[in-house]
Amino acid sequence: MTATTMAVGARSESRELYLEDVVRVSMVLTVFWGIAAFAVGLLIALQLAFPVLNFDLEWTTFGRLRPLHTSAAIFAFGGTALIGSSFHVVQRTCRAQLFGGEPVAWFILMGYQLFIVVAATGYLLGITQSREYAEPEWYADLWLTLVWVVYLVAFVGTLVKREEPHIYVANWFFLAFILTVALLHVVNNLAMPVSVFGTKSYSAFAGVQDALTQWWYAHNAVGFFLTAGFLGMMYYFIPKAAGRPVYSYRLSIVHFWSLIFLYIWAGPHHLHYTALPEWAQMLGMAFSIMLWMPSWGGMINGLMTLSGAWDKLRTDASLRFSVTAVAFYGMSTFEGPVMSIRPVNALSHYTDWTIGHVHSGALGWVAFIVFGMLYHIVPVLWGRKDLYSRRLAEVHFWISTIGIVLYITAMWVSGIMQGLMWRAYDELGFLQYSFVETVQAMHPFYVIRAMGGALFLIGALVMAYNLWRTARGDAAPARV
Amino acid sequence: MFSHAKIETNTALLLVLALLTVAIGGIVEIIPLYTIETTIERVQGVRPYSPLELVGRNIYIREGCYLCHSQQIHPFRDEVERYGHYSLAAESMYDHPFQWGSKRTGPDLARVGGKYSNEWHVAHMVQPRSVVPESIMPGYPFLLDRTVNASDIAQHLRAVRKVGVPYTDEMIENARADIDVQQNPDADTTDFAKRYPKAVVGAFDGNPARLTEMDALVAYLQVLGTMVDFSAVTPQQLKQ
Repeated sequence: MTATTMAVGARSESRELYLEDVVRVSMVLTVFWGIAAFAVGLLIALQLAFPVLNFDLEWTTFGRLRPLHTSAAIFAFGGTALIGSSFHVVQRTCRAQLFGGEPVAWFILMGYQLFIVVAATGYLLGITQSREYAEPEWYADLWLTLVWVVYLVAFVGTLVKREEPHIYVANWFFLAFILTVALLHVVNNLAMPVSVFGTKSYSAFAGVQDALTQWWYAHNAVGFFLTAGFLGMMYYFIPKAAGRPVYSYRLSIVHFWSLIFLYIWAGPHHLHYTALPEWAQMLGMAFSIMLWMPSWGGMINGLMTLSGAWDKLRTDASLRFSVTAVAFYGMSTFEGPVMSIRPVNALSHYTDWTIGHVHSGALGWVAFIVFGMLYHIVPVLWGRKDLYSRRLAEVHFWISTIGIVLYITAMWVSGIMQGLMWRAYDELGFLQYSFVETVQAMHPFYVIRAMGGALFLIGALVMAYNLWRTARGDAAPARV
Repeated sequence: MFSHAKIETNTALLLVLALLTVAIGGIVEIIPLYTIETTIERVQGVRPYSPLELVGRNIYIREGCYLCHSQQIHPFRDEVERYGHYSLAAESMYDHPFQWGSKRTGPDLARVGGKYSNEWHVAHMVQPRSVVPESIMPGYPFLLDRTVNASDIAQHLRAVRKVGVPYTDEMIENARADIDVQQNPDADTTDFAKRYPKAVVGAFDGNPARLTEMDALVAYLQVLGTMVDFSAVTPQQLKQ
């Protein structure tokens, strides 16, 4: 029995029980936000290669579009995928309808979309707190807090009323994600508005304390939003698509508790050699290195779930994306601890190497696990036996993978090169390069990076077409 | 024998244990930064931003300058040579929020104050490639066209005071007037200079008759990294 028919079977027996409309809409929105995020990313990548594309207008400069890109990717694309898939997973693994029913589910999804739109339009108008990945101002933050608390209540409420004796491992990760993001969001955004009628606020923290609070937040936006949440996805969709149970129950337990305990300490590695006291930098480095272990434990648990089902990689588009995602997860969670080592960071920090690292995680892990989830969930939700076209999914896979490889290799080269150029001395003991010479040297790599981004965007458009035809129930064209 | 089944069959227990597990790291790392007194070095000279500098700083934030320019010099030979003395925690103690940045697509700006003339900054901001042909920075010509009203500047100072910056009542009372004083080379600056030592006064955009966003931004850039006099600093003061 293939994974798809299993899933279709599961759906028919529980049609009335689960809320599916809200999940369907969230999947459509996920695809939309993904394409928007990749498109803005491509534009700002091109701006760095060809500055004329900033157009010298206040709404279109790199400085205003960059938060639009990161927020669209992390919060709009990633967040909507997480909300939708967590609703899907928690209902099915608890055999219970989402707590609060339709009104609560729609409030969470649409309230979150409102937050995204308010934040995004604000960026274009120059409304920002300048806190990376927490740019929205106080009023948008308050609204998100409300939406998020309702999300937490709905999720926990569903766990409480579950019909299954055990809480499934995917839900531990979703729970940690929702809970920790609430904590991070509230603390990091503490601020004093100038007036209740104005948009501007001033952070409650200053200088060095503000820096660590912000990077405690931002690193754990990676750890809990972009990792724990998507691990929840991994623990449900990979076993589901493979038709196999999770490789090791014990490893899941160790993975979960060690990951959430260690991640939270790693923030200071963003502040190596700064005015942050050295003891804090050392703690951050030590925990970042330790973090390698649970990360790879999770990767092994995900990959080994395929034992005995590896052949499905040839035919199942969903699995192919999910498994490649886990491989990228392994790669970037190895690279991360390496970059957190202070002498390595001395070279990598402030360079494009960091940007490349982020994108091996964001494109390779986050986007691929979402694509894998979408290729699985769309046929399930719309009651189709299979995708419209497996061949198009294959095209998507290869275009995107090549795009990622172009992107991250270009950034490795430009990052390491720039780091080395900054510190280069000539034989007379003078700095060998002026700053702007290093900028000039980046140009070819910025062009290659933009090409990688363009491929990734094209791949996503192919996926959107394929999923749309799948949802419509169009017959797959015969393979030549 | 301990069994994880206890936790994974009890929602409340899972929730509480997860919360405790994720809370520890942040508490251990962040709270000591407030309690250990030496976290902020004991150097003289760091003062709250003048009202015009604060307006400029808010424009710096609005335009996302921090996304390409750091304000944090590492204690490395090449950085100290390129940018100046390594950055101190004390130098950003009144920065709500901090602007250390995370990327150097452009150079560090922690000590850009006084390095270039006002005219250079204006030309550079209007069209970066007119002064640095290889630059990839966006142009900001609209800063010259946009006037600053700043009628609510006192309210801004009050908000910043509430989060801990020592603005005095006198500073708040004179906030709006101080903006005009700082961008007018002919004004009487005696009181202003007492309130904000070392503040650069001048017609930043070349036209004292008109207060533009360019005036404010350049005033901010010109104060960056200039508050501490490093010739008077002892190693003892720098110990964290």
